[in-house]
Parts: sequence; C-alpha cells; structure tokens
Amino acid sequence: MAQAAVSPGELVGEGATHAAGPPAGIELPDFEIVPRRGLPIVAVVLAAVIAAVAVNKLWPLMFLHVVGGASWTIIDLFLGFVLGPILGSLPIPARIALTTRLMPKMVLIMPTAVIVTLTAGWQLGVHMGTVESNYFLHGWVVASFIVVGVMAVIALGLLEPANIAVLTELKKPQPRPEVIERLMKRFIYTAGATGLMQIATLVIMTKLATG
Amino acid sequence: MSAHGASSEGEARLPPVTQLGMASLALIVTAGIYLSAHLPKHVPLAPAIALLGASALLLAGNLLALSRVKGFAWTRFLQIARWAMLAYALIAGMIEYVFVRNHTSGGPLVVLTLSLVVFAVHVPVLIGFTVARYDET
Repeated sequence: MAQAAVSPGELVGEGATHAAGPPAGIELPDFEIVPRRGLPIVAVVLAAVIAAVAVNKLWPLMFLHVVGGASWTIIDLFLGFVLGPILGSLPIPARIALTTRLMPKMVLIMPTAVIVTLTAGWQLGVHMGTVESNYFLHGWVVASFIVVGVMAVIALGLLEPANIAVLTELKKPQPRPEVIERLMKRFIYTAGATGLMQIATLVIMTKLATG
Repeated sequence: MSAHGASSEGEARLPPVTQLGMASLALIVTAGIYLSAHLPKHVPLAPAIALLGASALLLAGNLLALSRVKGFAWTRFLQIARWAMLAYALIAGMIEYVFVRNHTSGGPLVVLTLSLVVFAVHVPVLIGFTVARYDET
C-alpha cells in the first residue's frame, strides 16, 4: 500500500539544515495524525463489510471487493508513480503542506481499503467457489494470495509504521529533517515496490474475471 | 534525543525489530496462504504450525530484545502501540469473523486465530517502535 509523501531529501533539501527545527521560513500546519472526523465513515464502511459477509449475497460482496480493490490499486499506483515524482519537484513548503494534509487521510483510507478488499474478496471467493483448490484457475488464485501477502508484509512492516512516525515527527515543535528524510526514503522505495506489485494484481484479477 | 534516536551511534544499539517483525509477518502470511491454497481439502497442519511457531518465537524475541534496550522511549511506544493495537485487533476480529462465518473449525481455526493474534500484536509493536526510536527525551 503506497502512501504519498515526498521524495527523499525533501525536507533536507535546499534551504533546510540538519539542525533541529523546520527549515527557515516554513510553518508547520496543525493537523491530526488520525483525522477523527473520518472515523465514523470508516465505521460505516466496516459495518457494511460485516453485513455483506453475513448475508453472503453476490452483489454486495462483488461491489465491496471491486470498490475496495479499485481504490487500493489506483491509490497505490497514483501515489507511487504520479504524485510522488510531482511532489519531488515542488517547493519545500508546498511539500510539507501537502504531506501534512494528505498523509493523515492515508492513515484511515489505506487500511480501510485493504481490509474491505480482502474480507469481501475472500467471502466472494467462497461464495463463487474460486478459492477452492479444484477451481480451474486455482494457480492464479494462489498467485493473488502471494502477491497480496507480500504487499501486506511491506505495508504493515514498513509503510504504515513510517507513515505514523513521519506524522508524529511533524507534530513536534521542532521536527528533525534528517529523521523525516530517512522515513521518506522508506516511502519512495516501498511505494515503488507495491506499485509494481499492483500491476501484477491487475493482471491476475483480469485473468480471473475473464476466465 | 533518546539513546536510540536518529544518530548512527544510537541506531547501532537498537535490535533489528523491524526486520524481525517483517520476517514474523511473512511467516504467518505464508502459513495462511498454505492453508488457504488447499481448501476445502484436508491439509496437514504441521507446516502451518511450524510457521506459526517460528513467527511467535520471532515476536517473543523481538519483545525481549526491545525490553533490554536501555533508555527506550516506552511512554511514546505505548502511547502509539495501544491505539494501533486497538485498530489491528478490530481488523483481526473481522478476519476471524469471516473464518467462523465460513465454518472453519478445529485445527485450522486454531492456527489461523493464533496467527491473527501474532499479527495484531506485532504490527502495533512495529508502529510503536518506529515512532519511539525517534522520540526525544
């Protein structure tokens, strides 16, 4: 799961120093690491997933799996390959402004998109019989498990912790540029890796959909 | 700055929590894929149990190694990890619900449930660690 951020060195680039505190002339906006206003929306979405699994009807499961999966894939690709490079060319204050507005939303959006996709997708597979080992495209299904598993380990072990750590650092009165730079490097490399894996996901899912 | 802040000297004193955590997660993910790939056939549980056991050992080792770090920012760690644990416990609960909903039972359910426990503990540990290692005291 890619998280948008800024390129390595963004906050230690021109105009920044390695001394404590943000670069001169840059104001850090106030923000919530976890936007509380978004929590009710997340709760509604998760409730919808539980309801869909409980009723086990094709359309709600398909809807949630497609919406969640499309969101996950598109956000990963967009942030990893479109917004990330653009951010690298922005002035430092603009990068900080965008990062402090975008990344808190990612804290809510990405885990929600992932859990919706996986939960609805598994139940959909059970409903349609595509997760059973006698399914004629079983190898493709197992390949999707592997791709998702690798992405999950990268996202949970690297991206999500770094996301929270960057936001926590930016909340400090004097965030340290070198810390942010180090964490941002994680974003760039792992976002690229998960973005590439999302292409594999698209190949697998379109193959499963067409038979 | 804490003893394990951003300085390279501090970094050297920290155990490889992130690396071990990712290895642990990879092991339980592998166990999950192994079990899922054989549905609905009966599948020998020994490989999944071995993977789960290795994952749990890495979790225990991680916590032990972390507990021995002098001057670690435990307050910050707990501040972050407890909320993360709440979120990931919720996620784990949803996955568990799907297993139960689909009549998973017996040994596979035990293995999957324990895997989710490892997941719901280890991810918050990783998040808390990543934040706390850069905490200033």
